[in-house]
Amino acid sequence: MDHRPQAWGRPRDDVYGAYDHSYLQNSGPKQATQAPIVTGTSVIAMKYKDGVVMAADNLASYGSLARFPDVKRLRVFLDSSVVGFSGDVSDMQFLDRHLTDLSIDEAYEDPSCTAAPNGKGHLNAANLHKYLQKLLYKRRNDFDPLWNQLLIAGFDGHSKPYLASVDLRGTSFTSPSLATGFGSALAQPIMRRYAETEEDAAKLTREQAVEVIKECMKVLYYRDARSLDRYSIAVVTKDGVELKEDEQLEKQSWAFAERIKGYGTQTV
Amino acid sequence: MPGFDFSNYNRNAALHARGVPLPKATSTGTTIVGCIYDGGVVIAADTRATSGPIVADKNCEKLHFIAPNIWCAGAGTAADTEFTTALISSQLELHSLSTGRKPRVVTCMTMLKQHLFRYQGHIGAYLVVAGVDPTGTHLFTVHAHGSTDKLPYVTMGSGSLAAMSVFETQWKPQLNKEEAMKLCSQAIEAGIWNDLGSGSNVDLAVITPEKTTLHRGFVKPNERTQKLKSYKFKRGTTAVLNEKVIKKEEMGNYISVVELAEETPASGDKMEVDT
Amino acid sequence: MAAMFSQNPLMNGPNYSFNDAPRTAAPEGARQHRFDPYTDNGGSTLAIAGADFTIMAGDTRLTSGYSINSRYHPKLFKIGGTTADQKDATIVLSVVGFAADGEALKERLDAICKMYRYRHGKPMSVKACAQRLSTILYQKRFFPYYVYAILGGLDEEGKGAVYSYDPVGSYEREQCRAGGAAASLIMPFLDNQVNFKNQYEPGSGVGHALQERERKPLTRSEGEVLVKDAFDGAVERHIEVGDGLQMMVITKDGIEEVLLPLKKD
Repeated sequence: MDHRPQAWGRPRDDVYGAYDHSYLQNSGPKQATQAPIVTGTSVIAMKYKDGVVMAADNLASYGSLARFPDVKRLRVFLDSSVVGFSGDVSDMQFLDRHLTDLSIDEAYEDPSCTAAPNGKGHLNAANLHKYLQKLLYKRRNDFDPLWNQLLIAGFDGHSKPYLASVDLRGTSFTSPSLATGFGSALAQPIMRRYAETEEDAAKLTREQAVEVIKECMKVLYYRDARSLDRYSIAVVTKDGVELKEDEQLEKQSWAFAERIKGYGTQTV
Repeated sequence: MPGFDFSNYNRNAALHARGVPLPKATSTGTTIVGCIYDGGVVIAADTRATSGPIVADKNCEKLHFIAPNIWCAGAGTAADTEFTTALISSQLELHSLSTGRKPRVVTCMTMLKQHLFRYQGHIGAYLVVAGVDPTGTHLFTVHAHGSTDKLPYVTMGSGSLAAMSVFETQWKPQLNKEEAMKLCSQAIEAGIWNDLGSGSNVDLAVITPEKTTLHRGFVKPNERTQKLKSYKFKRGTTAVLNEKVIKKEEMGNYISVVELAEETPASGDKMEVDT
Repeated sequence: MAAMFSQNPLMNGPNYSFNDAPRTAAPEGARQHRFDPYTDNGGSTLAIAGADFTIMAGDTRLTSGYSINSRYHPKLFKIGGTTADQKDATIVLSVVGFAADGEALKERLDAICKMYRYRHGKPMSVKACAQRLSTILYQKRFFPYYVYAILGGLDEEGKGAVYSYDPVGSYEREQCRAGGAAASLIMPFLDNQVNFKNQYEPGSGVGHALQERERKPLTRSEGEVLVKDAFDGAVERHIEVGDGLQMMVITKDGIEEVLLPLKKD
């Protein structure tokens, strides 16, 4: 019988077997995000002549469960840029907190930066994109990825509309229109019809761009099983960001469903 | 019905377990679509066939004949779509002959799904079946596992989402023939430009109660660009290390030649010919 | 280019961007979803060295799987200029493979070349830069930059210089080199058209006495024509190549950049 005080009140080894301490061990690979858990689906965005439009629905899914139907996935940075998040929501919230710290630091350094969001003289969208690319690439090098694909919209150092993407491996690219996840297959073909090149995008008006984005959100809701008809839409212009976070998809058309009878030989 | 030969199955499974990769089949990583309109149905396909990242055929035919009034667009493993449609086409013709009626689209669809279900998805044929028969105009999709679907507009293949984006934004309940053709060809083009598995031209078929019109190369937006330089070599550029000429008279030294008399009929029975 | 060919006899042959190699046997059902730090973003590059110039080229498509991420994503970068716009650069780096690694590699090499310039008051020679690039790649031997790099410039004598690399730093100076997805399609064409491989002087002899066609460095326009034709060919037969052709010509007067359209399907 073990009478040492350390053993008081503990299950006896001779009865229950030695205690398994393995769960406390710190050796072995770090168990960080190895797979996304709560996730957001597509983010889509496209440039127009004086800015960028971006949208994402308000759903955070837990696998196939529509778990959180009111999650905002577009985030304004320094009143001049928008970051759209798809992928893991916990990693999104980590990045959100990180970006908040960053913007507070920026505002301390230069209080005027929030006053004149024209892309000059402060952390603009191009800078922010570069920063996030380095951050995500560093995390992939550490085998501790942030499981997101981000779209960053705003203006570059020459005050031109800017739109770029970064993913969990640090791969980054730009294009007149961009979409993550399902959107790259469903929405991108629609957006490319209107903005195949930078020149095409520079001819679009704000109204046209918003219309195209809304149309894309509708198609995504029709066809993406992890999507929602409540969404956020942001328009970035030289004057700042206009963000609407509780939009409802309009003019949905489900009338065709009535005419469908069965899946094969059924006629009634 | 003749079945498949499984005699190499165990050997192949053992080889695969030891790390030998499966042979790569040519797949038509494809965009195919179909759309019903008032008075008929249109199906369309791109014309690229791929083997991994390599384009195996730049202008292949993915619209398959089933019956004069029933056509099929195929995606997935090229051989499977070809043989499955040919097999069902043949069975449907015999069925039609024995019943003395025109073949029906539902019959074709049912035969396809039962055939594919039997093989549990190992026959990689993903099909869009369309046609007009005495019961009306029909459009179905058939998946490799045997499930089917019936909708006014359908897409399949790797470019199905790109193509569906066109239908979901432009489709309306009442379409005429020209509108349906334009819509289908735009849907295929969305696949051609946005999906790497699809490319080259648009093939399109219009099926009406009267007739079927196949438009091979309905749109050709990807003609090959002219090379800037001629790559014709001067005769004699390639080294000939060894040369041996066999004259016709000496051919008997290598193979046995039997001269046939002018009037001698070939051995075997003469083929019966309808008169 | 040892790393382009795996030592495993089952996997032999060029490593295509679509991984069709046999999977290592894992117990059925015990497979767990793990983070894969690499992807292949497709595309192809090409470089030809001339007597007093070097042509570097690459398509501008960026892919992942069957979709196009961007139709304009340059694979060619000017290296070691004094400013951000690289106006006075003399060296060009092309990278193809995993785009994020390519970007990181380019920024590393550029920073090193800029530091060299700052410390020594003169730009780095291509030879030195080429050696340094090899070391950078080998430093990450056990977590490599998944990138096929080609470095181009003019050597100390003013002749065109092309250096090609495998992902872990093995390198070689060559007359020409194709890299990336369509390398196996373009390289034989280059062997035949730049180094005149398998070409003989007609009527110069019989059998083994036949004279090989004499090798002459290409003129600049001949080189540019070959590059365009090579890419037009690759676009026809490789799904990951297309959209745009970015071409840089390095001469003693600087670097000229051209952008030409390619098929977009």
